Amino acid sequence: MPAVVAELSRVAVFLQENVEQIDAGDGGWLAAYAWLIPVVPMIVAFLILFFGKYSPWKGWGMATAALGFVAVYGTALAVANLRDGIIAEFSVNIGDVGTFAIEWGWVVDGLSILMFFLVGVVGFLVFVYANGYMKGDARYTWFFASFTLFAGGMLVLVSAPNFIQLIVGWELVGVSSYLLIGHYWEDMDNIDAANKAFMTNKVADAALFIGAVIMSLSAGTFQFSEIFTRMIDGQTVLAQFGFWAGLAIFIGAMGKSAQFPFHVWLPDAMAGPTPVSALMHAATMVTAGVYLIARLFPFYQLPEFSGSMRTIIVVVGAVTLLFMGLLAIVQDDIKRVLAYSTVSQLGYMVAALGVGAYTAGLFHLFTHAFFKALLFLAAGSIIHAVHSNNMSDMGGLRKYMPVTFWTFLIGTAALVGIFPFAGFWSKDEIIASAYFNASNNPEFAAWFMVVLSIVGAFITAFYMARVVSLTFFGTYLGDAKPHESPAIMTVPLVALAAAATTAGLLNIPGLTEVFTEWVTTRAFPIVEHHFTEPEYFLIAIVTPVVLLSLFIGWRLFGPSSELHYTSTSGEAADVSAPERSVAVERDTFRIPVLYPLLENKYYIDDLYMNGIVRPTMGPIADATLWVDMNVVDAVPNLTAGVAKHAAAAVGVIDDNAVDGVYNVAGATTGAIGGFLRQFFPGRVQQYVALSFAGVVIFAALFVIF
Amino acid sequence: MQEFFDSGWGLSLIVFLPLVGALVLALIPRRFEAGIKWTALITTGVTLVLAGIMVLLFDYSATAEFQFGADLSWIETINANFHIGVDGISLPMVVLSTLIMFLSVIYSWDHWPEPHNPKLLMMLAMLLATGMTGTFVALDLILFFVFFEVVLLPMYFMIGIWGDTGIRKVPVVNWEIEMRLYASIKFFLFTLAGSAFMLLGFLALYFASGDYGEGIRTFDIVELSALGATGAFVGTFGFWVFAALFAGFAVKVPMWPLHTWLPDAHTAAPTIGSVILAAVLLKLGTYGFIRIALPILPGEARNWAWFIGVLAVIGIIYGSLACLAQSDVKRLIAYSSVGHMGFVMLGIATLTAIGINAAIIGMVAHGLITGLLFFVAGSMAHRYHTREMPRMGGQMTLMPRMGVVLGLAAMASLGLPALAGFWGEFMSLLASFNPLPGLSTSLFRTLMVTAAVGTVLTAGYMLWMLRSVNFGKPSGEWVSAQLKDVGTYEWIAWAPLVLLIIAIGLYPKIVFGATNDAVINLVTSAFGGG
Repeated sequence: MPAVVAELSRVAVFLQENVEQIDAGDGGWLAAYAWLIPVVPMIVAFLILFFGKYSPWKGWGMATAALGFVAVYGTALAVANLRDGIIAEFSVNIGDVGTFAIEWGWVVDGLSILMFFLVGVVGFLVFVYANGYMKGDARYTWFFASFTLFAGGMLVLVSAPNFIQLIVGWELVGVSSYLLIGHYWEDMDNIDAANKAFMTNKVADAALFIGAVIMSLSAGTFQFSEIFTRMIDGQTVLAQFGFWAGLAIFIGAMGKSAQFPFHVWLPDAMAGPTPVSALMHAATMVTAGVYLIARLFPFYQLPEFSGSMRTIIVVVGAVTLLFMGLLAIVQDDIKRVLAYSTVSQLGYMVAALGVGAYTAGLFHLFTHAFFKALLFLAAGSIIHAVHSNNMSDMGGLRKYMPVTFWTFLIGTAALVGIFPFAGFWSKDEIIASAYFNASNNPEFAAWFMVVLSIVGAFITAFYMARVVSLTFFGTYLGDAKPHESPAIMTVPLVALAAAATTAGLLNIPGLTEVFTEWVTTRAFPIVEHHFTEPEYFLIAIVTPVVLLSLFIGWRLFGPSSELHYTSTSGEAADVSAPERSVAVERDTFRIPVLYPLLENKYYIDDLYMNGIVRPTMGPIADATLWVDMNVVDAVPNLTAGVAKHAAAAVGVIDDNAVDGVYNVAGATTGAIGGFLRQFFPGRVQQYVALSFAGVVIFAALFVIF
Repeated sequence: MQEFFDSGWGLSLIVFLPLVGALVLALIPRRFEAGIKWTALITTGVTLVLAGIMVLLFDYSATAEFQFGADLSWIETINANFHIGVDGISLPMVVLSTLIMFLSVIYSWDHWPEPHNPKLLMMLAMLLATGMTGTFVALDLILFFVFFEVVLLPMYFMIGIWGDTGIRKVPVVNWEIEMRLYASIKFFLFTLAGSAFMLLGFLALYFASGDYGEGIRTFDIVELSALGATGAFVGTFGFWVFAALFAGFAVKVPMWPLHTWLPDAHTAAPTIGSVILAAVLLKLGTYGFIRIALPILPGEARNWAWFIGVLAVIGIIYGSLACLAQSDVKRLIAYSSVGHMGFVMLGIATLTAIGINAAIIGMVAHGLITGLLFFVAGSMAHRYHTREMPRMGGQMTLMPRMGVVLGLAAMASLGLPALAGFWGEFMSLLASFNPLPGLSTSLFRTLMVTAAVGTVLTAGYMLWMLRSVNFGKPSGEWVSAQLKDVGTYEWIAWAPLVLLIIAIGLYPKIVFGATNDAVINLVTSAFGGG
């Protein structure tokens, strides 16, 4: 015990030495009314469900207005936060259990404002776009009801000041994503994808429940800020349970953020309409895990409490960024490429938080939200035009869809990290942080992260070069007549492209530190390293790596490549079937040994299906039921059987010897039997016999005692 | 009104009005169906209104005290009294049972099971109502026992007369017997055997109570609890009495492995029978643990806690796995009760304020949610004329409203946060991490993790059910059948359940506001700490 106390006081000293006190206001009425941010979309979702059909634009108007409101409010909060800093927390009691208070509330600080802003702005643009994309859908109104619920659930999650509300938002996001992934529910494959997403998340959620339970009980409260305060004041037993709490919560985060090996649901989740994919991969759902680690960063940053959790986080993030990046290379479905790309980028964010780079991780989340939403919406625009998700049905689209092409190109530049697009700055900061961490803390995991983050940059550039080449260059291989999408879809693309170009400028080391100020406005101090200038020598390594990778990708898949099918007629539907299959064959990147592994997604899906799901639903469940019917239930059935025979025997031997209890019981049974005879056709004999058997048991009990 | 309730008349009326209703029904000729329906509706409606007034008059600053009570001499020779009252623990249960009865009558309006006999069905339902609410307010062991047993026969007849007429093949003994016969007798015998033990336990407590205090033998639950708190009824005697009470209550809950009557009874029963069984009857057992076993035998409760916890968690896992193997939608819901009541019992087994609060809100939530599920399953069976899930599919196209209600109920059942089912599940996990000091933390933490796995399995079978029933393209068989979507009486009967499931999910104080102080008081006096 004294050791723990000494440890804790060391933590307190450490914090005091390392942290400047944050100067922030309470945000005034702007923060006090911020509960509207989660509440408005939640209410609107139900209004759409009941009245959407009768409203103008069949629900789209209400949904987009709700998201627009969040965007405006989020922007206002962001501006106010940058001016004065806002740290405020509000809670309303909704019940007491023992000494625990259950509360709804809203926390307004740098981190939650970041998410309000992202969900609002990106969400608004995606909703605008969805008007065009979902046109003619059989369940148009239903779609916007569940889509609004999805955004609302995320806002409930990010505004949560305590574990309970966080879990509520967490699962609301889960269930609404289930509805959205299974939107085209006539097709069982989509329902299977929805179930897979829900179940994978549920497994992780069970861990989150356990982690939340351990952490809350160790601290005696559900409230995050209170947990951190008590942690530092030495009023918790978190030093004892911290590692397990941290691990269980991190597993929960891995589920939502689709970290390896919980990534299996995300590619299948592409079954949902493309706007859903865009929002899910940009600002909601998959960012929830990253958000959770960031929210609990005061805990994770202190090894005195979280033990070696940070190393685990780094390794999981780094492995994810590599493995998922590789999977993106071999996909034909353009949305799947982007999906794996998202998981890979989430790996960057998670690993960044693991190395203690709080701002860098969130900065990448921020820039990624814009360019990944852009890429998905642009992909949606393509799918809308060619009626297929597969790149083997695309090609040469540059000419038909110029806006989509240019915006997609900007998104690609941002994603692979070309100066001066957004991803360049955020990815660079993560790599720099990883390097800083490794040089100060030269353990294997730290260097592992540095190497993998550079390899990851190479892979990212490679698969994006492939996507751009196969989609926009070469010959159009599809059947439908491609065309540019309507303005309601291209305008959001342009807006997102503008953000993807400029968002990186918010956090240039030594020059603009707007973003750092923004997200470090937290009630509890964040301890991290700040760079005073860009790490030029890392840029000098990473940028050539990226350019080289783009070059190789272009050589392999671009139109001038010998490997690639080179017809230049450019007219639609003039490609013969054999030619087409040759082209498709070439476009698939078949690396020996690695390809089968990637094609089968490292066999992890198979492992889950054949190792867990099928055995549980099949033999294990069947065996349980068999045991229930044949073993557990055999005891009463056999007892009844024996009693029936015994009763008959007793009756035959000596009627008079049966004591009073038996007579009364028998008479009662007879009477009941007579009464029931009115209702029961036949089988009365059997019934009476069984009844009597029961009474015998009853009597026997009295005799025994 | 305040005086009416303070004098004990209000509560007595809530208990006995349905009995009066049953007598009135007996006098109405069978042909006069409208009169029968309205009598039943008015009786249960007035009872519900009275319960509502009681909720409003209830003093929430004194939830640990028994309010609106009466204590009259009843059978003087054995010092059994007509002692009733409600505290924060019984209040939600009384409201739940009156509500479910009222909704069952409304639902019955155009859903009469065959053989057609509204008069008898409603009479039995009224009897059930008296038995159930009586059990929740009884503060005398004999009174409790009488009410507890009163429930038995009407339900037996309900299953036996209106139950499923299919053939049940019973393995091992190789019987082939009509489902309703098998199920009703099984239900009857299990419960009867259990309550025989329970009565023995009660009698033992009565005789032993003379050895303590002023030497007067008593059946009074309040007095016995006070004795229990001072350390009476311990040792071998305590062990056997607890065992007897356990037998009575555990059968009713039901706890694994005493649960096998449940799938048969729930599946075979007519719709309102299943609803009442699931929503209220199962709670008589868990309520018995909280009201009688724990406070009167706190020392033994500590000794038995690990055993109850282990059985509860076996029930959670086992029930969920059995669900996964079901193709009959009603049977699936029935087995799901085994799992859900496992969470309730796990909460109770921790012997903490959090755990028992979790158990009570879990009981209420399970009543609302599983009640709704059985209503929907009944209405589905009414339309499809089958309960086999593989034959169904595409309900979201065939009957979108039915599909949405089923989906919501299923989501609530799998413990989705912001719906009622979440609180009981999460809070009992919370309680298991730190059970009452003295209980094995390592065991209960293992149970917590195992129960958390159970939440995953629960999600698994509920999603599986939705997949089979709600989604996909409907088969030709149903497309041409022109199934009617949710009807007016169904909406009226279901809407209150849906609203309460959401309301409690968003604002659990509806339940915790009544229970928390009462539970803390119970735990403090029985176990000396939270």
